[in-house]
Amino acid sequence: MRLASRCLLLLSVVLTFRGASAQDIRVAAAADLQFALDDLTAQYAKQAGKKVGVSYGSSGNFFAQIQNGAPFDFLFSADIDYPRKLEAAGLAEPGTLYEYAIGRIVIWMPRDARVDLSELGWNALLQHGVQKIAIANPEHAPYGRAAVAALRSAGVYEQVRAKLVYGENIAQAAQFVESGNAQAGIIALSLALSPAMREAQRWDIPANMHPSIEQALIILKSAKDKESARAFLAFVKSSAGRKILESYGFTLPLAVGAGTPKQ
Amino acid sequence: MNAEALLLSLRLALCVSAILFVLGMPLAYWLAYSRRRWKFLLEALVALPLVLPPTVLGFYMLLAMGPRGPLGKFWYAVFGHGLAFTFAGLVIASVLYSLPFAVQPLVASFETVDRKLLDASAVLGANRLRTFCRIILPLSVPGIITALVLSFAHTLGEFGVVLMVGGNLAGVTRTVSIDIYDRVQSLDYAGANRTALLLLLISFTVLAAVYGINRRAGRRAWLPWSAK
Repeated sequence: MRLASRCLLLLSVVLTFRGASAQDIRVAAAADLQFALDDLTAQYAKQAGKKVGVSYGSSGNFFAQIQNGAPFDFLFSADIDYPRKLEAAGLAEPGTLYEYAIGRIVIWMPRDARVDLSELGWNALLQHGVQKIAIANPEHAPYGRAAVAALRSAGVYEQVRAKLVYGENIAQAAQFVESGNAQAGIIALSLALSPAMREAQRWDIPANMHPSIEQALIILKSAKDKESARAFLAFVKSSAGRKILESYGFTLPLAVGAGTPKQ
Repeated sequence: MNAEALLLSLRLALCVSAILFVLGMPLAYWLAYSRRRWKFLLEALVALPLVLPPTVLGFYMLLAMGPRGPLGKFWYAVFGHGLAFTFAGLVIASVLYSLPFAVQPLVASFETVDRKLLDASAVLGANRLRTFCRIILPLSVPGIITALVLSFAHTLGEFGVVLMVGGNLAGVTRTVSIDIYDRVQSLDYAGANRTALLLLLISFTVLAAVYGINRRAGRRAWLPWSAK
């Protein structure tokens, strides 16, 4: 009897927990959005009462998973190619592709580094004390490709190539620096501006030194509740949504598609 | 197929199983024969990598290898550079990660050695080292082979820890499992498939060889001693 009532109690706990954690909208998002999207979805939950569950990872990995039936409603990619490919493959809702932001990259170093990053800029990476420089893997991470392109146009790529270490995504690159194993990193401005990482030196890489990181999202065919998904998309496009993205250092593309353009 | 990554993985697995062979022997001997009351604590410690997710081990290794961690401090002082993103760093992480796969088969086979043989050996005046070399070792050949091969195969297939502390450097820390992951991510499914298939074949061959040898060694190891 006691056992039965205990089981019942446990069951009810499990059930209520499940009820509370049920997600109305499921998003697969590039790692550079970690903090911006947490903020965005929290605001949306407050405003619309809908819970958005976000999985962060690398865009390429999500692309592969979605092709194989991963149950997401959205892909917030770190580039525009993956959403385009999903649309072409018939895996996305036609006409929902939306360029939500243009990413920026920065050189990022710990505060206690004996280098004045703001004064040295690129030359900071050439200092003897900088033995390892973390970037995202340029083979599949859009932010990694941008980092390599910027290093090339700064003319220091050959000098620093032996120092480069690759994070699986841009967040891991940041974490390599954060943990002190790399002395510098080229990471997303959106990560560098997050509360957890603000306590560091940063130098903004001019946007014209690398191909622009156009980030797009798309609603997937597998979305179970298309109405909710479109409502969330409208929020991302709204001035409130755009303001949040802007506060994390994203440059906003000139009004694309519907929504309330600020300009 | 990436031959560089495959060779690196093989080199890593060889180094790790060699180190584990040397470290595992005395540790397993102690675990098998010690009567200390707190032995169970060490047993639990050795078994930890079996249940811990590689991310936990990788995360702590990354912190330990950093300039503020104990391992990192030591390494900086001796070699003047960090331990993360180096081959040596991978070896150290993998030794920890594969420890139970070497130690547990050794302990299990040491424990099955008939105590009477050990007593007889002691009565006849052999010291512990001699008893170990002449009685325990020959009787534990299957366990030793199992330990060697499991630590080799487990290191060959290691992914999570390498991902956490490796930094994906070609020829240094880009092991074959990381290479496969990279190819899947960059949508090179054909390339991923070639490497993955080769790894599958190697793993199966190695394991099949062990089970085969184990069967024969099991018979052979017993014969001379029961004849004596």
